[in-house]
Amino acid sequence: MKEEIIIAGFGGQGVLSMGKILAYSAIMQDLEVTWMPSYGPEMRGGTANVCVIISDRKISSPIITKYDTAIILNQQSLDKFEDKVKPGGLLVYDPSGITRAPARKDITVCSIDAIEVAAEAGNPKVYNMAVLGAYLQMKSIVKMENVVKGLEKSIPARYADMIQKNREAIEKGKEKVKIISSVL
Amino acid sequence: MAEKILMKGNEAIAISAIRNGVDGYFGYPITPQSEVMETLMKEKPWETTGMVVLQAESELSSINMVYGGASCGKKVMTSSSSPGISLMCEGISYIAGAELPCVIVDVMRGGPGLGTIQPSQSDYSQAVKGGGHGDYHCIVIAPASAQDMYDFVDWGFELAFKYRNPVIILADGIIGQLMEKVELHPMKPRRTEEEVLRDAPWATLGKPAGRERNVITSLSLDANTQENFNRKLKAKYDDIRENEVKFSEYLTEDAEYLFVAFGCSSRICEAAVDILREEGIKAGLIRPITLFPFPEKEISRLAGQVKSIMSIELNLGQMVEDVRLAANGQCPVGFYGRQGGNIYTPEEIVEEFRKFNNLK
Amino acid sequence: MEISDMIKPENLVYGKPALLTDNVMHYCPGCSHGTVHKLIAEVIEDMGIQDKTIGISPVGCSVFAYNYIDIDWQEAAHGRAPALATATKRLCPDKYVFTYQGDGDLASIGTAEIIHACSRGENIVVIFINNGIYGMTGGQMAPTTLLGMKTSTTPYGRDAKLNGFPLKITEMLAALDGTAYISRQSVHTAAAARKAKNAIRKGFEYSSKGVGLSFIEIVSTCNSGWKLSPVEANKWMVEHMFAKYPVGDIKDVLK
Repeated sequence: MKEEIIIAGFGGQGVLSMGKILAYSAIMQDLEVTWMPSYGPEMRGGTANVCVIISDRKISSPIITKYDTAIILNQQSLDKFEDKVKPGGLLVYDPSGITRAPARKDITVCSIDAIEVAAEAGNPKVYNMAVLGAYLQMKSIVKMENVVKGLEKSIPARYADMIQKNREAIEKGKEKVKIISSVL
Repeated sequence: MAEKILMKGNEAIAISAIRNGVDGYFGYPITPQSEVMETLMKEKPWETTGMVVLQAESELSSINMVYGGASCGKKVMTSSSSPGISLMCEGISYIAGAELPCVIVDVMRGGPGLGTIQPSQSDYSQAVKGGGHGDYHCIVIAPASAQDMYDFVDWGFELAFKYRNPVIILADGIIGQLMEKVELHPMKPRRTEEEVLRDAPWATLGKPAGRERNVITSLSLDANTQENFNRKLKAKYDDIRENEVKFSEYLTEDAEYLFVAFGCSSRICEAAVDILREEGIKAGLIRPITLFPFPEKEISRLAGQVKSIMSIELNLGQMVEDVRLAANGQCPVGFYGRQGGNIYTPEEIVEEFRKFNNLK
Repeated sequence: MEISDMIKPENLVYGKPALLTDNVMHYCPGCSHGTVHKLIAEVIEDMGIQDKTIGISPVGCSVFAYNYIDIDWQEAAHGRAPALATATKRLCPDKYVFTYQGDGDLASIGTAEIIHACSRGENIVVIFINNGIYGMTGGQMAPTTLLGMKTSTTPYGRDAKLNGFPLKITEMLAALDGTAYISRQSVHTAAAARKAKNAIRKGFEYSSKGVGLSFIEIVSTCNSGWKLSPVEANKWMVEHMFAKYPVGDIKDVLK
């Protein structure tokens, strides 16, 4: 098993921490992971993206050009990464940041209205967890119990209340994901 | 079971320093390695192990703090990135000349000058061939994962004290920023003053009556004294060349084509080898883990076995010179590199491999 | 009276401190370095801290200070002694750590290191020899060279327009919150040397109290560089150097 994921959006949308929680969840399942951000001026606003690789074997190159899954949170990222999803792969996107819908027919496309989940929860910080939930609904590569462990590892003890809130947002994301087109 | 933590290579350096009984870290912020000192400051090791952590006013100062701390026989280290290492080269030369142990982490970025903050391997020559003035070598070890970053701190100090020589951990922006699973080994306590004096009887910790004073210096104005010292260093470097070479190989046993790559490039090359193998081309990879000493014997042996060698580096071609020396004309030696923070993909390396070897 | 009748403890009027080695000093006759070395050796001996003291020598005439005082020494790169001392003191807080630096080392190439060691309030002692010239390299202009003073790189005298002004670094450092004791002394007479010794001792005592950095400037002569006889050099120092660099305590946080 090897899953290569790109998560891309604006800085501040929780792109890097979503990747980190996903990576930590995989470690809790005794899988190998790499988490490679684009860094530099982009850290200060603008687009942010992180490449996460999860595998049951040692990972060689952390640098890849094609992805099994693209998680897309703004238009720039859709323009940049839609073509880089492997045929038969998955694209999860948040339609609120998108002006042109994905056009690929050879991949599974689904959307998640994560802003709505965050608004219902009354907490904008759980936005990224709703997106993560949508992804995990489509590809259950890590078990929910390990996702909770990943949350516990990623969130400092003083924010312990956030673990439950994040968990709820993940569950909501799982419920609310909409399949637009499927090749599965 | 050892604890497994997801962390960046830079964070692994910091956590490893605390857990391996390092006495002091002295640094100055520079991208892409600032997480090293940030992590140390956040962890506050002075409250637990007693480790000293200090932000210096410059890299000049931080390397000279390392010089002072190492003069006391303490396990001291610094970290920086390319432009900062250039500033430190004076101090590194003095440390080499005074034969002091220390660990210097260089998380390389692109140059020359202010260059870029993106990953690069363009300071291979600076680290391996000298950098500062005078006839000296640092021992240079090249990590390729966050786990390596964690493990090489302890290994680095082991080598540094064994040979009384500075050790450079030559990483790059990818290895520094990449988050991976790191397995933590049991804590090692810091050494007591008695243990320091046992390991380093030359340390300047105050002269008790009845022993000669300890003087840490790299100065000798007499030509013969200096020449004898240079020859002593040469003997030490030969000893290191003989005993400390470390490398790893991937599918070289039946290889007809060889890649040589270190650090992050070795991982990307490994993926390129996999692609070529799937196509039935017998490619293999040697990853020098020690850059000084360089695995010249093994590369020389493989040069007699393969049709060609390619050195793959994030620079304009630096290590390839050492690969050519090792191959010594036994087979063609080619090079492919990217610069400026651009990073090759496995597919790109495969394409360049085909071009170089005239393969379709 | 036989000479052996005279060599008795009660007749002793002067003794070489035991911590001063028997190595023949390389300093020029009349140079202040030898006297300052002796004072430091006496202070360390008087305080009984030989086994706890680490000296950091500079680049300059006193680069070989480690040959003359019988303690553990580190020889720093030019200007960097305060960085070495910082780490040494922080890693070994129960030790006494001092640097010994000239004006080129401390006030020119090493300004960043000394300012930040002072600013951090490192609990070290700095002995600063100010003779207004680069002695070791053959008499070039130093940051503290007086206006009009001739050196090999100011052969027509230091000109403010061409060479800038003399740097009163000691007063600058006194303005920093991290310094505890700042004093300027000289060693050209027995009385002056006694005062200088008291200042050095106070610096060592303060360094174990955790109150910050102690800095003792010794306005010194370089008769070779100044091209004067030792006696004339002393006179010139009093007349000219003291006018720019007046002696006395400048700062004492415990007073």
